[in-house]
Amino acid sequence: MKIVILSGSKVGSKTRTAMDYTEKEVRKQYPDSDIIFIDLADYNIEFSDGRNFLEYEGDTFFVAKHLMDADTIIIGTPIFQASIPGALKNIFDLLPEGAFRDKVISVLVTAGSPKHYLIPSQQLIPILSYMKAEVVKTYVFIEERDFLRKEIINDDVLFRIERLVEDTGVLTKTYAQIRAEKEEAYGF
Amino acid sequence: MIIEMEKYRINKNNGLEFGIYTLGDHIKNPATNKRISAQQRLNEIIELAKLSEQAGLDFFSVGESHQEYFTTQAHSVVLGAIAQATEKIKIGSSSTIISTSDPVRVYEDFSTLDLISDGRAEIIAGRASRVGLFDLLGYDLKDYEELFEEKFELLLKINEEKIVNWEGNFRAPLKNAEVLPRPVHGSLPIWRAVGGPPASAIKAGFQGVPMFLAILGGPASSFKYSIDAYREALKRSGRNPENFPVSTAGFFYAAETTQQAQREAYPHVDLGMRSINGHGYPKQQFAQGADPRDVMNIGSPQEIIEKILYQHELFGHQRYIAQVDFGGVPFDQLMKNIDLIGNEILPAIKKYTSGK
Repeated sequence: MKIVILSGSKVGSKTRTAMDYTEKEVRKQYPDSDIIFIDLADYNIEFSDGRNFLEYEGDTFFVAKHLMDADTIIIGTPIFQASIPGALKNIFDLLPEGAFRDKVISVLVTAGSPKHYLIPSQQLIPILSYMKAEVVKTYVFIEERDFLRKEIINDDVLFRIERLVEDTGVLTKTYAQIRAEKEEAYGF
Repeated sequence: MIIEMEKYRINKNNGLEFGIYTLGDHIKNPATNKRISAQQRLNEIIELAKLSEQAGLDFFSVGESHQEYFTTQAHSVVLGAIAQATEKIKIGSSSTIISTSDPVRVYEDFSTLDLISDGRAEIIAGRASRVGLFDLLGYDLKDYEELFEEKFELLLKINEEKIVNWEGNFRAPLKNAEVLPRPVHGSLPIWRAVGGPPASAIKAGFQGVPMFLAILGGPASSFKYSIDAYREALKRSGRNPENFPVSTAGFFYAAETTQQAQREAYPHVDLGMRSINGHGYPKQQFAQGADPRDVMNIGSPQEIIEKILYQHELFGHQRYIAQVDFGGVPFDQLMKNIDLIGNEILPAIKKYTSGK
């Protein structure tokens, strides 16, 4: 299982903190997996100009290629101006239409206000579905008060991350099995 | 109704024209994990054109792609060799990327090809689905749309006018320029390559040029929108759609049974897509491709005949060209396909479409 943990913001620390916890949990639950952590803050990524992802170079190609090769992607996103950051949307724009076909994707959200709770389901999940991802139904929504100086201080959040990582792995395996059976039946 | 397509060398009495096209892709054979040399691939493409002629096919074309996994970058040179190796079959490009070429040089090449082949050469001009060639050949991707439109229009002008006066943004002006040599019949059939959504088909219609439509997979009814939009644009620009041929181009693979065709073709199509586009061909969609309503002509000869006739009824097109060699298909399998086309598929297609 090739897992990409994607922290989808250029600024701030909360999403990165949440994804650090998530990475630890992923390594604990799936120690034999091929795991890569990509924090968009560490990369210089070009804006999409419509070309095929194979034709980008440097960081842009590196990130796009890892996402295309993944079986599983765990996306962390803050909420900026009542939406996902442009940096994260650009990642989706870099990839082909059906880029997430046969991939399981789960989501963690950090937000300054509980009023933003529905934003991922209205703005992020539709993108992932359009790109053919199998999205893990529930996402982990983490608020300002759950953090203190780059640590998560709410045990409930930690439990939710644990469950999200478990569900993500279970669904990846389940879909892979179902797909293998179905593809076997095609006979080609 | 008289269909006046002589300018494009289309005669309705011949029925639906059937051709082969290759992108000149150079990909390993997934069954052996080995890739033949570029030299062998080029020679096999020329051989494939000869076999296509012997099997009675109407058209053979070669495309240019300037990137890894391809070998016919100099497609007009390959077509020169094919012109010399054949006698009757029409030959063309599929496609020529006019955006990153000089239309004068392209016209010189293809009218020369027309003279060598005794009036068999055609140009299909496209915009490129990949953009690496913009860097390679020194063009700015920002000009993607305009480069095509300007250069394609110049190419059409050179075809129509013996003495050309022209000014544009992407090439030095032409003053009383005579572009030589001239083709056998005075002009060349020049088509616009169109893929995907109707936007490009509409442009072809307003431009008043014949259209080559790529239809790789999906329901035939979806592609009919583009064809209808094309003909509507022709009408709206004061032209008669009866004078403008439409051609389709798509995946093809024939074997004794549909199951066998799918089994043999899938690994190639999947690896080809994976190599060139970075993701494979979904099995579920490939399986659906066997449905008679889908444009993917992969199946038994009988099923392919039915599909092509269904598409012909729906589209009313004049030519279909098949891509049989995508993704490292070994030559013996290509020969078998040409045999099945020549012996079983082509006679039926001609029988049912001649005079229509």
